[in-house]
Amino acid sequence: MLHRYLPHTSEDISEMLAACGMESLDGLYSDVPDGLLLKRDYDLPEQMSEKEVRDFFKSLSDNNRRLTCFAGAGYYDHYTPAVVKSILSRSEFLTAYTPYQPEISQGTLQYIFEYQSMIASLTGLDVSNASMYDGATATAEAMLMTVAASRKRNRVLISDTVLPQVKAVAATYARYHGVRLDLIEECDGATSREHLESMLAEGDVAGVIVASPNRFGILEDYSGLADTVHAAKALLVINSHASALGAIKSPGEWDADIAAGDAQSLGMPLDFGGPYLGYLCCTKALMRKMPGRIVGTTVDDKGQRVFVLTLQAREQHIRREKATSNICSNQGLMSLFVSVYLSLLGAMGLEEVNRIGYAGAHYLADALSATGRMSLTYPDSPYLNEFVMTTVDKVDDIMAASISEGILPGVKLGEHEIMIAVTEMQSRKEIDRYVEIVSSMGEKSTD
Amino acid sequence: MNREYYGKLIFELSRKGRGGYRLPSNGCSGEISDLPAGLLRDHAPELPEVDEPSVVRHYNNMSTNNFGVDTGFYPLGSCTMKYNPKINEEIAGDAMIASLHPYQPVTTVQGALELYYTIQQTLAEIGGMSEFTLNPYAGAHGELTGLMVIRAYHAERGDDRRVKVIVPDSAHGTNPASAAVAGLKVVEVKSRPDGTVDVDDLRPLLDDTVAAVMMTNPNTLGIFERNIPEIASLVHDAGALLYYDGANLNPLVGVARPGDMGFDVMHINLHKTFSTPHGGGGPGAGPVGVRKGLEHLLPNPRVIKKDDGTFDILYSDNSLGQVTGTLGNFAVAMRALSYILSLGRDGLKMVGPLATLNANYVKEKLRDSYLLPVDGVCKHEFVFDGLIDKSTGVTTLNVAKRLLDYGFHAPTIYFPLLFHESLMIEPTETESKETLDEFIRVMHDIAREAAESPDMVKSAPHNTPIGHPDDTAAALHPVVTYQELIADEV
Amino acid sequence: MSKIYYSPSHEYIRVEGTSGFVGITEYAQKQLGNVVYVDLPEVDDDVTAGEDFGAIESVKAASDLISPVTGKVEEVNFALVDEPGLINKDPMANWIIKVSIDDPAELDDLLDEAAYQELCH
Repeated sequence: MLHRYLPHTSEDISEMLAACGMESLDGLYSDVPDGLLLKRDYDLPEQMSEKEVRDFFKSLSDNNRRLTCFAGAGYYDHYTPAVVKSILSRSEFLTAYTPYQPEISQGTLQYIFEYQSMIASLTGLDVSNASMYDGATATAEAMLMTVAASRKRNRVLISDTVLPQVKAVAATYARYHGVRLDLIEECDGATSREHLESMLAEGDVAGVIVASPNRFGILEDYSGLADTVHAAKALLVINSHASALGAIKSPGEWDADIAAGDAQSLGMPLDFGGPYLGYLCCTKALMRKMPGRIVGTTVDDKGQRVFVLTLQAREQHIRREKATSNICSNQGLMSLFVSVYLSLLGAMGLEEVNRIGYAGAHYLADALSATGRMSLTYPDSPYLNEFVMTTVDKVDDIMAASISEGILPGVKLGEHEIMIAVTEMQSRKEIDRYVEIVSSMGEKSTD
Repeated sequence: MNREYYGKLIFELSRKGRGGYRLPSNGCSGEISDLPAGLLRDHAPELPEVDEPSVVRHYNNMSTNNFGVDTGFYPLGSCTMKYNPKINEEIAGDAMIASLHPYQPVTTVQGALELYYTIQQTLAEIGGMSEFTLNPYAGAHGELTGLMVIRAYHAERGDDRRVKVIVPDSAHGTNPASAAVAGLKVVEVKSRPDGTVDVDDLRPLLDDTVAAVMMTNPNTLGIFERNIPEIASLVHDAGALLYYDGANLNPLVGVARPGDMGFDVMHINLHKTFSTPHGGGGPGAGPVGVRKGLEHLLPNPRVIKKDDGTFDILYSDNSLGQVTGTLGNFAVAMRALSYILSLGRDGLKMVGPLATLNANYVKEKLRDSYLLPVDGVCKHEFVFDGLIDKSTGVTTLNVAKRLLDYGFHAPTIYFPLLFHESLMIEPTETESKETLDEFIRVMHDIAREAAESPDMVKSAPHNTPIGHPDDTAAALHPVVTYQELIADEV
Repeated sequence: MSKIYYSPSHEYIRVEGTSGFVGITEYAQKQLGNVVYVDLPEVDDDVTAGEDFGAIESVKAASDLISPVTGKVEEVNFALVDEPGLINKDPMANWIIKVSIDDPAELDDLLDEAAYQELCH
C-alpha cells in the first residue's frame, strides 16, 4: 500500500504506464528540465497515522487559553446550533465545487438563493451575492463598485468610525486600484457631518462609506445622510455586522445603495480569524455592478422552477480584465451556514439574540461604572451590545487580572480604553465575575 | 445522488408561530425598544419560521440533489477535485480553536500561532519559497495579494513606471481580472500551438513598463512550460518579477518547486492541492509565498517566531498593507496541514506522479474518440477539442451533459479559449484505476451514441433531478430573492 | 440620405446630418446570441471615439460598446431596457444611442460596408 488516500497498487501503476507507453513514473516528467526536478524528499515528517495527526494538533491546541469572550470589534462569540454543524458536514454540500452544472447542483444553488433572500431582507436591499470572503473585503469591493458605477469619479470617503480592519483593507485596495480614499473625521464617536459635507462639496465623490454599529459600538443616526450623499450624485455604503441588523435600522431603511459587512456574528465560530463570510447587497439598479456569484430562478425543460447561476457575463471567467471583480468563488458553505442559522432563529430569534446582548451589555456597563474603576467613554451615545469604557487602571493590568480568571475582558483600544461586547454566550455569573475582578483592581491599587 | 428533484424553499415551509431555537438567558432585563425608535428597524426582516426537525429534513433533502467528490468522480479540469479526508474536518472542528478570538492577546494563543507558523514554513518548503502568508482567503485573493507584493517591490525601488502585467492567452480569467483590480494593465502574450508561451513573442514585450509576468505551470493545457528557466531570466533581466499561479501545482507536488524555477511570488490554492473541501465554492484559502528579499512586503498582520521561541503577530510599516480583516481562513489552513502530515514526505512524493499518471492514462485511452490537439505527455490535466467526429453535430456541451446521466460530474468545458470545443479533464491521484476505466468506458459509449443517436446526446441530460434550465429567461428577468419570486407570482 | 460606417469592434453608425445612430451589427448580434441586457449611457454624456460608452450582455458573453465617433449622446433607445432582444430581431433598426458627431473626419477612419464584410469573413 502506498498510502491510505492513494488507491494505486503496483500492478495498476505498471498497467497504466504501459498504456501510456512508459516504463517508469519518471517518464511522466521527461519534459521537465532535469535541473528543475527536486532530487530529494521534502524536509517534512514521514506520514502519520490518524492518531499521530490528532495528537500533534491536540498538543498545539492545548497551548491556547479558552476564555469567556467579552471581545468583539467586528467578531463576536455567538452560539452555533448543532443543526448547523450537522448540515454543513453533509458531504454532498461539503465536497461539491461551484455549481457549474445546475442539473446536479440544485442543492447548492437553492441554499444560495435562500441566503440571498435572507440577507437582502436583513439589509433591506434588493440583491445579494454570496461571494464575499469577510466584512473588510466586502466593504472594499463595495468601494470599487461605487467607483465603477460612477464611471468617471474616482474618490471615495470613508468614515473614521468604521472598524480599523475594514478601513485598512479598503485603504490597501484603494491604493493599488488607484482610488482616492479620504477619511471623514470622527466627532464624539460619530461621523462628522460637517466634514462629510465639506468633502462632498469638493466634488468627484463616487461613494461614501459609514458604519453602524461603528468601531465604538455606537449606533449612529443616519437621518438625512442618504439625501446628502445622493445630492452629490454619490452612492451610500453602510457597513454593519450582520447580527445587529436583526434589530437596528437596516441600510435599506436608511436609503443606502449598498450594504457590506461581516456575517460572522450570525453564529460562526471565531476560529482565530476564519473562515467567515462577508455580505454584499445593493439596489436593483446596481445589480450588474455587483461582483461575485448570483443565483436566480428560472424553469427547466420540464417546466419545474429551478435555480441557476445568473448574470455571469459580469464575471472574471468571461470578462477577464473587464470583470467587475476578480472574485471567482462563492463562499458556498458559509452562506449555507447563514441559511441554516437564520432558518432556525427566524426574525424573532435574531431579535432575541440582540435583546439578550443589549440587556447584558447595559447591565455590565452600569455595573462596571458602579465600581468607580471605569466609565462609559461615550455616555450619551446609544449602543446595542458593545461599548467603550475609559478605565482608571491600565487596560493591560485589567487584561492580565481577568485572563488569569479565564475571562477575556474585551479589546484594548488604548492604554485606558477598552471595548467590551456581550452576547448570549456569557452567563450572569461570568458577567458578575468580570465586575468583581474590575472592582478588586481598586482594592489592589489602594492597598 | 437522488434523481428526484426536491426543489422546495425554506420560506415555503414557514408557518407563523414556529421556531427552531432556544437561547440561553443571562437574566439581565432591558428591551431594545429603550433605544431611540429612529435607530431601530421599521419592519422585521422576512425570515422563515420553522421548527428544528423541518429545518434538518429540508436541508438534507436539498443536499441529495447535489453531486460531490464523496458521491462520485469529479474530473473538473483545473479544479483538482481530490478526496477530502475526514480527519481534517475533525481537526478543524477543534472546540478550543473555534473559541479563539482573532484579537485575543498573543500570550493566550501561542498554540494557534505556532500552528500558523508551522503551516507557513511547510508551504515554504513545498513551494521553494522563503516565506508564506496565510492571510489571503482564496486563490483569486492570493493572486491579488501577490500582485500587490510585486507593485510594492517596484514602488520601494522608486520604479513607478511599471504598470503592465503580461499574461498568456491561455491563462485562467482570474489572472487578468486580478491584475485589473491591482491597478495593472494586462498585456496578453500568445501561446504556441502546444499552448506554451512563445519566448520570441514574449521577449519584445518585456520593457521597463512591465511589473510582472504571470504564469501557470503546467499551463491550462496541462503542458509543462519547459522554457521556464529562460523565461525567468528574461523577466528578471527586464527588471520584472515572475508570478506563479498555483492553480496547477498538484502535478508538481513531490517533484518540483516553483521557487527553484525562478518564480518570485506564488499562491497556493489549499482547496485544490491540499485537499480542503470546496464547499460548493468556498471557503478556500490562497496563501502567498515570496522568495528571499520580499518577505517584508507581505501583508499585515504576519505571524513571526521570536528569538525566545515564542510567537507574535507583527504589523509592519514596510508591508504592502492589509488585505484581510484577520489572519486568514485559519480553520481551512489547519485542514491543509492535517492533509500534509497525513501524507508526509513519503506520501507527498507520490501525489504529483500519480495525478500525472491518471491524466495520461485517461488521455491515451480516449484519444481514439476525442480530438487531442496537443500531443505528448501531459501533467495532471489535458484538453480535448471535442469529439473527433464533428459530423454528428454533438458538441462538448452535449458530451458534458450526457456524462451527468452516467453519474459522473462533467469536465471543465469551453476553457481554455484556445479551442472551440475545449473539454478539460483532470482526474486526481485519489481516483482508482477502476474508476478511470469506468469513466473511459462511458466516454467511449457517449462517442458511440453521438454517432448512432446524436439527438439523444444533444438533448441530454435525461436522468438528472432537473432538466435543462432556461438561462436566457433567468438573465432577462433576474429573480434573485424569494421576495421577488412571490411578487412575480402575484 | 444616410450613410452607414462600421468599426472593427462591430458597431455601426448610421449618419444623418450632424448626428449618427450607433448600434451593433448583424454579425455581432449573431456572435453574442440572445441579448439579455444593454448598459446604456445617459443623454448628454460625452463619448469618445474608440472608448466604451456602455456594454451589452448575452447569457454567456459580454462586450463593451465602443463609440465610433467623439460627441455627445443625444438620445438613448430606452426600448432596449425592457426588451434587449430587439437587438437580435433587427440590430440596424434597433440602434442603441444617437450621438452628435464633433468631427466628421473621424468617419474616414471607419470601414465602409464592403470593407466590413471583408473583415467578418
